[in-house]
Amino acid sequence: MIVLVNGAERELADGSTVADLLVALGVPGAGIAVAMDGAVVPRAAHPSTPVPDGAVLEVLTAVQGG
Amino acid sequence: MDDPLVIADREYASRLITGTGGAANLAVLERALVASGTELTTVSLRRVDVDGGTGVLEVLRRLGIDPLPNTAGCRTAAEAVLTAHLAREALGTNWIKLEVIADDRTLLPDPVELLDAARTLVDDGFVVLPYTNDDPVLALRLEEVGCAAVMPLGSPIGTGLGIRNPHNIELIVARATVPVILDAGIGTASDAALAMELGCAAVLLATAVTRAADPEKMATAMRSAVHAGRLARAAGRIPQRFWAQASSPPR
Repeated sequence: MIVLVNGAERELADGSTVADLLVALGVPGAGIAVAMDGAVVPRAAHPSTPVPDGAVLEVLTAVQGG
Repeated sequence: MDDPLVIADREYASRLITGTGGAANLAVLERALVASGTELTTVSLRRVDVDGGTGVLEVLRRLGIDPLPNTAGCRTAAEAVLTAHLAREALGTNWIKLEVIADDRTLLPDPVELLDAARTLVDDGFVVLPYTNDDPVLALRLEEVGCAAVMPLGSPIGTGLGIRNPHNIELIVARATVPVILDAGIGTASDAALAMELGCAAVLLATAVTRAADPEKMATAMRSAVHAGRLARAAGRIPQRFWAQASSPPR
């Protein structure tokens, strides 16, 4: 299936969860936050939250600013 | 004069809150943070594949500085609320520096969206520190909805124009029952000292230090300025006079 991650299309295995996506991205679970289709996915729910085909995801972390 | 800055349930010995934006690199930033003596420092939330990841959080952790995530770049209450929730998730803190910006040229806060977002985030359990205009009425409204501090600008972000309306800052201080933190517009040490002389509880600045020719030295200057301004406020300045008044005896 195809999902949109941080504005870029990405191929993801059917049935993947948010946790699977983070592994595929090579992103550590700590210090990041995930929004799927405009809603926060809490860390504890990453392994149990399926990513549907066509989902729009934002994966964010803290950077210098303000 | 060693009474701590108290915001919500936390106490800080330092009354200088810094930002991390604008530093040439993390090594420069780290030296400036140490020199400033700050204990609370802002960070922004961005997509993971840009701007070098979580290096800044590592620096803050090592220095024992609390991170204060902001909602920089948000234009609407809805955007800011979502960003705050993401920041809480990423950083494990319910503290948020709330910024809702009206446009890119002035970077001035949008008061309508700001108040709306503040109300929602307080209800959602956040400790909300709103970046606001130097508007005494809006400052009161933000306090009424439960903000833990109010952070009026001295002048627009990054301009270094100092405090353009000192009287408004004094009006805000006179009526606030939460800490007033001068946020944005500081250009040099005298601006930070003035903020404290006007009665602010703390100063938040970034650009004035990170883009100074010598960030570490300017951070030291700001630390001293905040301390000096605080002392002067407590000492009680002399009234300003139109005519001279001799300080030596007449004969």
